[in-house]
Amino acid sequence: MNISDIIKPENKVYGKSGLLLDKEMHYCPGCSHGTIHKIIAETIDELDIQEQVIGVSPVGCAVLAYDYIDIDWQEAAHGRAPALATAIKRLYPEKYVFTYQGDGDLASIGTGEIIHTCNRGDSVTIIFVNNAIYGMTGGQMAPTTLEGMKTATTPQGRSHITSGFPMKITEMIALLPGVVYATRQSVDTPAAERKAKRSMIKAFKSQQLKKGTSFIEIVSTCNSGWKMTPVEANIWMRENMFPVFPPGDIKDETGF
Amino acid sequence: MAVRGAIEVNIESCKGCGVCVANCPVGTIALSRSVNGKGYNYSYMENPEKCTGCTNCAVVCPDTVITVYRVKI
Repeated sequence: MNISDIIKPENKVYGKSGLLLDKEMHYCPGCSHGTIHKIIAETIDELDIQEQVIGVSPVGCAVLAYDYIDIDWQEAAHGRAPALATAIKRLYPEKYVFTYQGDGDLASIGTGEIIHTCNRGDSVTIIFVNNAIYGMTGGQMAPTTLEGMKTATTPQGRSHITSGFPMKITEMIALLPGVVYATRQSVDTPAAERKAKRSMIKAFKSQQLKKGTSFIEIVSTCNSGWKMTPVEANIWMRENMFPVFPPGDIKDETGF
Repeated sequence: MAVRGAIEVNIESCKGCGVCVANCPVGTIALSRSVNGKGYNYSYMENPEKCTGCTNCAVVCPDTVITVYRVKI
């Protein structure tokens, strides 16, 4: 059988989601952001809520996310996305609102906003991309940087004596009664990616319950910041990040 | 029942990260020796007869440049 006999529209089993625009992403080769964008697009596609979704993307590598996914977007000041998402959700309670934040944004400058949004229990979805580094600004230390990890601002490796410990935001916010779903996922393998998509669908659906905030942390790679190839970065992530940030559900009160 | 698969790569959008190569369970995909317009070694089917159309490569592709086809024979 020739390849041309297989490549026919009726035999197609997987392709680009219609929600992903044709513009090429500015992310580095192998960046997890692209995979996470794809999961979001497929989730919205599957739930058929394109007209009801509003995304909030603050400062970080994903600041240009509005160029890539064909839904309504709102830009936020650095770290303030959860506060803005709260405002949007209160004005339009029937809409699905989510924020897309990196670890420099959510865990550093935006710590106050995220804690209080989760404490108020607003029914929004928070997507937290944790790559343990400030990727956009050139690989400086983030609050989630692992101990001993070398970055531009910790050339000897992070030490808890001067810089504290890696911050486990998902465990912290899971303690709050306003949070209905808190999970940590990754997108390094096909199995992990499919599991992350199921969690994403659950998080978006939990907004219908109006019971509280849903929070997805995605442990991801920044191969440019880590100075590795994309494949090495995935292996390094599994060996070094997973012991500190183990994937799995931390809290699930959705009931489905 | 045997299945045959094939992938179609959007060569100009591929950034040659190699994540698909690492996640292909049957060793179908490799990075090409030639480069695309941006200078990246794009991915292609080196061993097309091995492809089962499992979609793993397309699922992990950060830039969604791979389309997968599968047919039962």
